[in-house]
Amino acid sequence: MQIFCVQQFSGFQQNTCASTVNNAYIFKQDINVRPLSMSGHVGFDSLPDQLVSRSTSQGFCFNILCIGETGIGKSTLMDTLFNTNFENSQSTHFEPKVKLRAQTYQLQESSVQLKLTVVNTVGFGDQMNKEDSYQHVVNYIDAQFESYLQEELKIKRCLHNYHDTRVHACLYFIAPTGHSLKSLDLVTMKKLDSKVNIIPVIAKADTISKSELHKFKIKIMSELVSNGVQIYQFPIDDENVAKINTTMNSHLPFAVVGSTEEVKIGNKMVKARQYPWGVVQVENESHCDFVKLREMLICVNMEDLREQTHKRHYELYRRCKLEDMGFTDTDAENKPLSLQETYETKRQEFLFELQKREEEMRQMFVQRVKEKETELKDAERELQGKFEHLKRLHQEERMKLDEKKTMLEDEMSGFSRRKLAAELLQAQAFTGSMNIKKDKDRKK
Amino acid sequence: QRNLEGYVGFANLPNQVYRKSVKRGFEFTLMVVGESGLGKSTLINSLFLTELYSKDYPGPSQRIKKTVQVEQSKVLIKEGGVQLTLTIVDTPGFGDAVDNSNCWQPVINYIDSKCEDFLNAESRVNRRMMPDNRVHCCLYFIAPSGHGLKPLDIEFMKRLHDKVNVIPLIAKADTLTPEECQQFKKQIMKEIQEHKIKIYEFPDSEDDEDSKVIRKIKERMPLAVVGSNVVIEVNGKKVRGRQYPWGVAEVENGEHCDFTILRNMLIRTHMQDLKDVTNNVHYENYRSRKLAAVTCNGVDATKTKGQLTKADSVYPVSRSPLAQMEEERREHVTKMKKMETEMEQVFEMKVKEKKQKLKDSEAELERRHEQMKKNLDAQYKELEEKRKQYEEEKVSWEAQQRILEQQKLDASK
Repeated sequence: MQIFCVQQFSGFQQNTCASTVNNAYIFKQDINVRPLSMSGHVGFDSLPDQLVSRSTSQGFCFNILCIGETGIGKSTLMDTLFNTNFENSQSTHFEPKVKLRAQTYQLQESSVQLKLTVVNTVGFGDQMNKEDSYQHVVNYIDAQFESYLQEELKIKRCLHNYHDTRVHACLYFIAPTGHSLKSLDLVTMKKLDSKVNIIPVIAKADTISKSELHKFKIKIMSELVSNGVQIYQFPIDDENVAKINTTMNSHLPFAVVGSTEEVKIGNKMVKARQYPWGVVQVENESHCDFVKLREMLICVNMEDLREQTHKRHYELYRRCKLEDMGFTDTDAENKPLSLQETYETKRQEFLFELQKREEEMRQMFVQRVKEKETELKDAERELQGKFEHLKRLHQEERMKLDEKKTMLEDEMSGFSRRKLAAELLQAQAFTGSMNIKKDKDRKK
Repeated sequence: QRNLEGYVGFANLPNQVYRKSVKRGFEFTLMVVGESGLGKSTLINSLFLTELYSKDYPGPSQRIKKTVQVEQSKVLIKEGGVQLTLTIVDTPGFGDAVDNSNCWQPVINYIDSKCEDFLNAESRVNRRMMPDNRVHCCLYFIAPSGHGLKPLDIEFMKRLHDKVNVIPLIAKADTLTPEECQQFKKQIMKEIQEHKIKIYEFPDSEDDEDSKVIRKIKERMPLAVVGSNVVIEVNGKKVRGRQYPWGVAEVENGEHCDFTILRNMLIRTHMQDLKDVTNNVHYENYRSRKLAAVTCNGVDATKTKGQLTKADSVYPVSRSPLAQMEEERREHVTKMKKMETEMEQVFEMKVKEKKQKLKDSEAELERRHEQMKKNLDAQYKELEEKRKQYEEEKVSWEAQQRILEQQKLDASK
């Protein structure tokens, strides 16, 4: 017996505004939920108050991302919107890469606490090659989603105390050229429209005349539509705010002027920009759309921006992330998978992969050892061969030497035989002559 | 901390939240537990000023149960533009059997199964609107014996106090005199503290007024209630109460019973907090126990089945199972790198050894070759010398011989 809820998508076209998907939750009453009437005042109509009181005591949190070229007036507009000086130093045009600078402030307005984080893109549109410009922004937005996702997946988590840094609104500052959107604008917004609520604003609107502005707005909106960029539409499903939101939707994009300086008009000090030809009053609705922006962004739809970020953009990120990691809601036979089964399967796969990698590494080493062994064996054999060769040469030399030796010895023995023979002969001759002499002597 | 001068507009945020919450509508699940005949159904009817059970939807009181059941009824009530989907969970048969051991088990199973449903819905890849069917509050009815808690009461509350917000009530309080009631309450609170039972605690408020009210409520715990929807005229006023021969026990009279306190607290001031505590404390406990059991390394998840064992406290549970896998993967990468470096080192060393050996034997052989060559050369030299000598001798001898020959020749002339 559960309440069955149906998501109904309604797309609509309004003048030249871009159409956007609008989620409306409809409760379909289950037949088992029966209405009951009460005979008196029970008191649960205080439930919204109880909820509000809890939210207020917790404090609210809102994160704005401002994208625009250097010097287009992002910081000034933030200062003007929130009536405070956010201490932003001016940036140079020479940043090598787009950087995102986030600063958090604790603001209070009549007992309502707001933790506001303003994220500025530094150096956007300054580089020669702007191809990577949007990537840093996308990475930042994804990083905040990831951070929330990780917290949500923890075993011991603390979601109700978590400082939510997800970007709730993205103010995209369009340069007041009066012609059309720049290609960087279109490319960036296209990349971001499924990740964040985009609210385009025409910056420095005091440089465009009323008629030019009207044409400019129409051109911008038609370019957004034709490029399929889905900007944030103020919600019209709640009767309380449907009328004002519908009207405001037709004034998009808001042409804004920011200023923290005050000029005296009549007997009041108002925020304005003083020119020689006149004074542009920020909060004068016939001068610019600043008041409309403040009304829509802060007074009427801040909560809806937070809700859309959580229910739509975050869920999309989460779904894609989990699907990338291989999680599904049903297994191979289309039966629903329980959480435990999913985790266990993932775990098995994971451990298996680790083991495989280990094996692979071992195998690789075994292979290298084999190769090296063969190499060394070859070297050894070569060395052996070399020495065999030398040995043979040596032996040959030795044999030659022995030959020569033998030769000499033969000669020497031959000579000594000669010598001996000669000496013998001499000795014989001598003894013979001695004998003759002896005989001669005797005969005498 | 900055205070703003001039209008910004986010002070309107609470209104935006209010507006959206009314549009969404609210849900609440209330569970009543107690033996038959303690007036549970009557109390529900009194609280919500309605007839929850009727001829078409007979309540558990009309049926005799042999075993403990858990039955839920869902109703939609509206008041002041606010829609509330109220689920009443009744437990007929609780404590009615002769042997009541484990009669709390169906209750625990019900509560856990609702938490499990929520957990599964929350963990899906494609998440849709998640209806919250978790039990936000459990009213436990204590029989007005006047003495103390029964063993069953203590067992039940001990087992349920970390799964759901338990609010103990003294049922049929019109059978106790104020003094008896006071005594009874003191005894019950003493026993609750002795057994370390954690009943629902009202959060402290920063507001002084609220703090005073809360302190008063805390002093009167557990609340003693009387239920009735019968309207009786007392002193010209129409009140709800129970008519006795000796008088009327008024339901909404603070001196007769604590019904008004219960109603105000449960519905008008703390309903949201009951939901918050269920979500932030009881559900999170269930979830972390369940997930820790699934992802314990080396421990068979199916064996632990959601019960936290001693081993679990050793493992870090302050991160998601995915982050844990990521951590393990990183550890593994480091381990592999180390293994790789070690293997590389051993490899290099062995290669160096072998190469050195090769070099040594090469040097050795070189040396021997040199030696032999030297030897050979020496012998050659020797031979040369010998020959030279021999030649010289021969030449001189031959010269001598020639002289002798000549002499001989001269002599014979």
